[in-house]
Amino acid sequence: MPTMPDLKEVALPELSNDEISRYSRHLILPEVGFEGQQKLKAAKVLCVGTGGLGAPLAYYLAAAGIGTLGLVDFDVVDASNLQRQIIHSTSTVGQLKVDSAEKKLKDLNPYMNVVKHNVMLRSDNALEIFKDYDIIADGTDNFQTRYLVNDACVLLNKPNAYGSIFRFEGQASVFATEEGPCYRCLYPEPPPPGLVPSCAEGGVLGILPGLVGVIQATEVIKLILGIGEPLVGRLLLVDSLAMSFRTLKLRKNPKCPMCGTHEIKELIDYDQFCGIAPPTTTGPLEVAQHAAVGDVPVQDGIPQITVEELKAKRDRNDDFVLLDVREPHEYRIANLGAPLYPLGEIGSKLAELAQYKDKEVLVHCRSGARSQKAALELKAAGFSNVKNVAGGILAWAEKIDPTMPKY
Amino acid sequence: MKINIPTPLRAFTDKQATVEVNGATVQAGLDALVAAHPELKNHLFTSDGKLRSFVNVYLNDDDVRYLPAAEASAVSADDELTIIPSIAGGTGLSASRALCCR
Repeated sequence: MPTMPDLKEVALPELSNDEISRYSRHLILPEVGFEGQQKLKAAKVLCVGTGGLGAPLAYYLAAAGIGTLGLVDFDVVDASNLQRQIIHSTSTVGQLKVDSAEKKLKDLNPYMNVVKHNVMLRSDNALEIFKDYDIIADGTDNFQTRYLVNDACVLLNKPNAYGSIFRFEGQASVFATEEGPCYRCLYPEPPPPGLVPSCAEGGVLGILPGLVGVIQATEVIKLILGIGEPLVGRLLLVDSLAMSFRTLKLRKNPKCPMCGTHEIKELIDYDQFCGIAPPTTTGPLEVAQHAAVGDVPVQDGIPQITVEELKAKRDRNDDFVLLDVREPHEYRIANLGAPLYPLGEIGSKLAELAQYKDKEVLVHCRSGARSQKAALELKAAGFSNVKNVAGGILAWAEKIDPTMPKY
Repeated sequence: MKINIPTPLRAFTDKQATVEVNGATVQAGLDALVAAHPELKNHLFTSDGKLRSFVNVYLNDDDVRYLPAAEASAVSADDELTIIPSIAGGTGLSASRALCCR
């Protein structure tokens, strides 16, 4: 059984009478007890991300009496977060997530320290941030940061309470303990961006990150207390629709370049490793996304048209065709009245679309990414004048029709 | 044998969560799976036919890569194969945003 890393042999912190009352149900549980509660108070846990997974994770760890909770997030709270990110509130929409989270955590438990890291975790700051913590809980949302967190944990010899979710399904494990496997043992390489499910298949059942985040929190507590069987060398698969929980054996790969052969000795460029463009550091993804899209007049040979230009063309009754390449369930939420050809079906509907081959064809989706792909597909199929509506229907709702819902 | 299909790949199996196939080995089962659902092929195998490194296949509770005969391991009708995909999501929409919608 792995024991708590680096909980120094110094005297454990005392508990005040108020803390004793607060943690009474722990104190009367022999497996935790007074000393266990002191260990929790002495522990320093870092939550990477305060989103779907990080929210319940941090909330329960705060309730349990973890003495120092670090939070890494550079995002701001958006109304669409509140369907699952229970650490944030309606009243904190628009605030930094670390500030919003701190309010709720401190309100729940004033006897703990919250350390805010309002930064994007990167190769040049991860080790510095991680070094002060005993356990890292990975609640991030992209492959680059997953590998970065893993590698930093292996290099610093700190366990990683891992969780991830997709739609109705989740995974959890504990990586990077001395004897156990690391994330790279399970997934030596990330999937290329093209094979990652598109946003048409995105979304998540709001409760699912609650389930998985609380499993991560449970593992953190077990590691600190040194009780039970942690998910070291096991991968828990959660299927919320079937409500089935399965654990699979994970092996430490002796050839793993990170934790096996140790040939990777420092953090690398994870954007390059995952084959994607580096993320912005200027602010929340959504803002950056909107700013970036309209700036490029032509992308990969596809002219980009703004929603203002689209509006002007409609007002002038220009001769063009507008296609919507989203999914039917999205069309119900908001639409521009354009015929619907979901991205995945364009290939099979080329005959039907052929009448527009020499017309000006404008393609739109939610934010402009799928429509760019569709435009490329149409161009390759011989359509002579295809343009992408930059920013998609979200930009339309933002700039042209404020009554339209944004999703 | 039964093959458990994870959510991200169900788009390629007509939304089926499990697919029944015949085959005497793990490889034969996977071949039968992609024969029945050709769109899966590119997601599971590289162009030279090797299982992609970010896809894990489990025979019952064991990682096929660590079985002595690996993909050539014999299977019976009662065995289950489970495909474990790489998923990175932590928050839902922003997962896909970070990956594909930037």
